[in-house]
Amino acid sequence: MNASVETAQKAQRPPAPPRGWPRARIFGSALVAFWILFGIGIVAYLFSAWNPELFAKYAPSYISGLGVTLSLVAISIVLGAILSIPICYARMSSNRVLNAISYGYVYFFRGTPLLAQTFLIYYGFGSFKPQIEMVGLWGFFREAWYCAIFAFALNTAAYQAEILRGAIESVGKGQWEAASALGLTKLQTMYKVILPQALVVALRPYGNEIILMIKGSAIVAIITVYDLMGETRRAFSRTFDFQTYIWAALLYLALVETLRHFVDWIERRITRHMHR
Amino acid sequence: MQSIWGLLSFGPDGWGDDLLRGVFVTVSLALVTLPLGLLIGFFVALSKQSSEPSLRLAGNIYTTIFRGLPELLTLFLVFYGAQIGIQQVVRFISPDATVEINSFVAGMIALGVVFSSYASEVFLSAFRAIPKGQYEGGYSVGLSPRQTMRLIILPQLVRIALPGLSNLWLILLKDTALVSAIGLTDIVRQASIAARVTKQAFLFFGVACLIYLALAIISSFGIAAIERRVGKREATR
Repeated sequence: MNASVETAQKAQRPPAPPRGWPRARIFGSALVAFWILFGIGIVAYLFSAWNPELFAKYAPSYISGLGVTLSLVAISIVLGAILSIPICYARMSSNRVLNAISYGYVYFFRGTPLLAQTFLIYYGFGSFKPQIEMVGLWGFFREAWYCAIFAFALNTAAYQAEILRGAIESVGKGQWEAASALGLTKLQTMYKVILPQALVVALRPYGNEIILMIKGSAIVAIITVYDLMGETRRAFSRTFDFQTYIWAALLYLALVETLRHFVDWIERRITRHMHR
Repeated sequence: MQSIWGLLSFGPDGWGDDLLRGVFVTVSLALVTLPLGLLIGFFVALSKQSSEPSLRLAGNIYTTIFRGLPELLTLFLVFYGAQIGIQQVVRFISPDATVEINSFVAGMIALGVVFSSYASEVFLSAFRAIPKGQYEGGYSVGLSPRQTMRLIILPQLVRIALPGLSNLWLILLKDTALVSAIGLTDIVRQASIAARVTKQAFLFFGVACLIYLALAIISSFGIAAIERRVGKREATR
């Protein structure tokens, strides 16, 4: 009895990891050593290039740039989320006209670079200055900041509409039928049955979309909005000190990694009932 | 005031030929970046699915860094960083030499690195979708690990990874627009120049957007053709 348990354990034990220094381990250790040296190199570089004057001068503008980046992303994500609801509705409706319009919208904004869209709105709308002035919106489209929000909101609305559609379609058709059998209206079904299930599916893509927006928002620096990237470019063009870019990279990395882990944490939390 | 078709015509007065040159730069940059990114991405994915913890760690650090940085910042880091780095080296040899790094090469490296970090995730999930029995089957008929990889795993890997990779190709095509910020005359850059000269910004940026759309549509036809071919090979097996 005892012996058979012992042999069973022996048979189930995973193979021992290779000992010594196989080629993969040498290679892997070399790569890790490279990354460690790279990290030390950056820290050493920042240490040797440490300039209190520069830091005192540009640290506040970096912080304000970070604030601009965050508020730009937050505003455009929220506006895009609102805008994505009718687009998603049109995309899923059986009306052919609505379908074609929303498909065209989504295809256009997903198929062209955000930079070109931003340019189209910021520089391009200037071609219609008389008409826009007539409607009284020129004050809005003159400002790079508002143009950036406008372009980003339109762009992210297209992506978010697709995320929402995918999530809603991932919920089985039986859920709709069961809800209607219980006498729930379409709207009630949406709110009480479909969305709670769909949003769990949509959480990760939404998180990715926010991260993509944070990274994509760096391009507003090109149209003279002083976000984190814009402040970095300004600092670099005045000092020609490369550490300005390194600091920006560290800030962006910290931001994106924090967000990614936060989304992971939320997902683990709201899917607790699905794990065993 | 020229007509729209006059502005877009080919020739000394029109901007059609300039835009076409921009298209050539964009497409060639994307086409050159693709194999670079695929190659690096494949090896990063290999290291991330290895049983060796240090290799996995190294691969994960790579992806974390280059997926977390904005593409534009990566581009500037490569463009200015390489320029300053090479300059420092060259100064040792001749003190007053100035180095100009080619913006095409800088764009290729930056976009390739970003592409590879995303591609490594696609390859990794494709690797995980291939059952272990495939490797074991390869070994049991006497193939070496390298032969198993080449003859058994890779053909399946390509098929599984293709949708993800074609998505990444479309993203790469759009990301090439960023190189206009470091002075490469791609579609966006040519459109900006044309817009500044003719004061017809909406027209030219609109045309630029339509060109990108056309490239995306052409690519999706190409991808569909590749998918058909890869699928067919499976059917005849």
